[in-house]
Amino acid sequence: MSALITAENLSVAFDGTEVVHDVSLSLRPGSCLGIVGESGSGKSVTARSLLGLNGERASVTATRLEAGVDLLRATPAELRSLRGRRIGYVLQDALVSLDPLRRVGAEIAEALRVHGTPRGEREGRVHELLAAAGVPEPELRARQLPSELSGGLRQRALIAAALALDPEVLIADEPTTALDVTVQTQILSLLEASLAEGRAIILISHDLAVVERLADEVLVMKDGRVVEQGPTSQVLSRPQDPYTRRLLAAVPSARSRGSRLSDVPPLELSARDRSALRSRPAADGPLLEVEDVSKRYRGPDGRERTVVRDVSFALEAGETLGIVGESGSGKSTTAQIALGLTEPSAGRALLDGQAWSGIPERLRRPRRRRISMVPQDPLGSFDPRWDVGRIIADAIPAEEAPAGEAPSPRGGRWGRLFRGAGSRGPSERVVELLEAVGLGEGYARRHPLSLSGGQRQRVAIARALATAPEILVLDEPVSALDVSIQAQVLDLLADLQKALGTAHLFISHDLGVVHHVSDRVLVMQDGQVVEQGTADDVFFRPRHPYTRELVDALPHPTLQETA
Amino acid sequence: MTTDTPSTPLAPAGPLLARLRASLPGRILVRVLSAVVLLWAVATIVFFLQHLVPGDPALAILGGAAANPPPDAVAAVRAQYGFDQPLLVQYGHFLGGLLHGDLGDSYTMKEPVVAIIAEQIVPTLQLTAASLAIAWAIAIASTLLSAGRPGLLARIGSGLEVVLAALPDFWLGVVLLVVFAVTLRWLPVVDGGPAGLVLPALTLGVPLGGFLAQVTRDEFDAASRQPFVLSALSRGARLGDVRRRHILRHAALPGIALSGWGLGSLISGAVVVEVIFSRQGIGQVLVTAVTSQDLPLVIGVTFVVALVYVIANILTDIAAVAVDPRLRSSIGDAS
Repeated sequence: MSALITAENLSVAFDGTEVVHDVSLSLRPGSCLGIVGESGSGKSVTARSLLGLNGERASVTATRLEAGVDLLRATPAELRSLRGRRIGYVLQDALVSLDPLRRVGAEIAEALRVHGTPRGEREGRVHELLAAAGVPEPELRARQLPSELSGGLRQRALIAAALALDPEVLIADEPTTALDVTVQTQILSLLEASLAEGRAIILISHDLAVVERLADEVLVMKDGRVVEQGPTSQVLSRPQDPYTRRLLAAVPSARSRGSRLSDVPPLELSARDRSALRSRPAADGPLLEVEDVSKRYRGPDGRERTVVRDVSFALEAGETLGIVGESGSGKSTTAQIALGLTEPSAGRALLDGQAWSGIPERLRRPRRRRISMVPQDPLGSFDPRWDVGRIIADAIPAEEAPAGEAPSPRGGRWGRLFRGAGSRGPSERVVELLEAVGLGEGYARRHPLSLSGGQRQRVAIARALATAPEILVLDEPVSALDVSIQAQVLDLLADLQKALGTAHLFISHDLGVVHHVSDRVLVMQDGQVVEQGTADDVFFRPRHPYTRELVDALPHPTLQETA
Repeated sequence: MTTDTPSTPLAPAGPLLARLRASLPGRILVRVLSAVVLLWAVATIVFFLQHLVPGDPALAILGGAAANPPPDAVAAVRAQYGFDQPLLVQYGHFLGGLLHGDLGDSYTMKEPVVAIIAEQIVPTLQLTAASLAIAWAIAIASTLLSAGRPGLLARIGSGLEVVLAALPDFWLGVVLLVVFAVTLRWLPVVDGGPAGLVLPALTLGVPLGGFLAQVTRDEFDAASRQPFVLSALSRGARLGDVRRRHILRHAALPGIALSGWGLGSLISGAVVVEVIFSRQGIGQVLVTAVTSQDLPLVIGVTFVVALVYVIANILTDIAAVAVDPRLRSSIGDAS
């Protein structure tokens, strides 16, 4: 049987800049082709070319580009009848790919409507499709708005819309990103079932493990080019291209513990930096103790919700305690309590054996410098008008900033307004901090918007280290990063911890990451700690059924063995 | 709880208000109560402001200072209208009348204020409603025709909106009058019927339309970059269909929120337009009332305009819920 989709030497350019170069692929009936790559590698643009969906600014060239029709010559009407009917497309980002103002059922019915299903038959078909996509109570769900559905249900609804006309091909662009690990598995099973029915799938993902589970063949893309292509097992177990090898090595897991993930050489801190930034625990014993804390909120409807229930842990100097759990499990609220930003409803937190919760902010403020935080989205925590030097200088405790170089001298505000911030040049301390996170002095004048995701996270780490804290609270610090950048940031954190002796409270939904970095692990579910212990104990010998479910949900079979 | 607890989405609100807002009848009650408080405040402020203005109301009643009435007539009027009583007592009488729907008698026209307003409000409401409809027609047409289109079209559309929004209504009114009524003779200069409504409504609606179109266009551009648009296209929908069915709905939301304010500004704009086109209406009444120091009439008109504002805002809220079902279901969930 001939291929359903064929692309030969496909190139796509936007406004004269080519972003996809000479990609060739073919999709056989009933097979699954995986496209793997990091952000900006051109995977989504490639997929959209197969539907003619790259917009008017794109110029698409190829020696051959066919999906039932010749896509290079297809009329708009031909393209419209191809979309939805022959090729279903599940867009990246399920959370925003359904129109938030329309009922879920209307979105699915739209696919039926534009391809001519009579009005009277649509509703019943919508319910069938939702049920087939594994959505419980389809009649109710069809009447609801996307915002009333969980991420997993929204993704199922999107898949139902894409499959509405029973297309031969399904293109799924990052179908599991931003979903919890157990929900990920369910979505992958749904795609597997669709594959088993004989449908061909193009699966796009940055996650090698996801692709491995489904794809017969895989295409590795980097900077708009295919760097490696072949049967999945072969590419993943015997990668030929250095980039594929780096990508595989960068995946954190149980096996990668204690070794480096990136090929960036270890950070060398100068003796001066080391002494300036080294954390100096005040006393022996645990740095931070959290004892039976609970947090309850009253919702707008007056009902009370318990988001954290009886959580206890202790953090020792220099160790990494991982907190793992799915969204809504209370991880971030626990972090806020640890940071002294949220007052627990019950229980208490102690810093160095002294009260850290239940005291006025006045008593907390002098000790705040001992515990810092690295957020998931550093950009949101930066003032976009400040340059990096000022962002970091702002975090340096005032009494330590040398005279004249204080972050915000009152008289200098107007001058700064006209001359631009930091025109005096970064202080010595800022340069030290930038060097400690592997950025040079030159970055002090850059603005956060001009930095890449990895660089922003480094700035956030530098800012967190500015007070030479004993504890770093890291809330999903790498979950927004590509795997190779994630590897570099995780390596940086490990280097810093070794040099400075900082304790890390590391929060993540990613079991591989948590296993890679943590000495001990807490597993949270519905606000409660269901299991805790050393990382190996928890992940290799899980006792609680929920932990077992999480570990089983890891789609890592050969990666675990070979990587 | 310490005072520095960071704001959380679930932070407890005032318990009584929160409980009231949790149900639909409760919400309506809160809404009505706040409207009543607002109207009371408006009435009070206008009442006291008018008493701060120099001038003797008794003279106004007797035909103005130029009429030069005898002192004993002035004193008799003062006693009759209670002007010799302390201000707070007068205020009490005024509020008492308000509760009965009695805004007093006009000093100059010697008729109940309520009757005068009831007669004059209808043409003004017709004018503002027609103007708002024209404004929305301009906003939607301009957005659908030109927003998000490649090249020159979007720029022309956006430029045109700026020009329209910047047109002063007194100037536009005169130009429309000269061009369409005097030179071309397509429409009457003065007419109480529907044909007479066209030019005044255009005068008020066109600048507001330019403004609404700008807001709608910005939102339209933002919404058309949302992934759900690509998602709809990938199902095979036509671009025009997606623009109308998906994007426009998002784009209309800020404009709808502004329409309550827009209605209010149209009523103030009506003052100028009614004078230019010599139309009957509340604007005309207000101008005469202010110049002749007709206190009850000024208060009455201001009060009614405030009332229109309140109703307009309730209507925009209802419109917003109709377009954005997320608002509806948040009420449904809570009740």
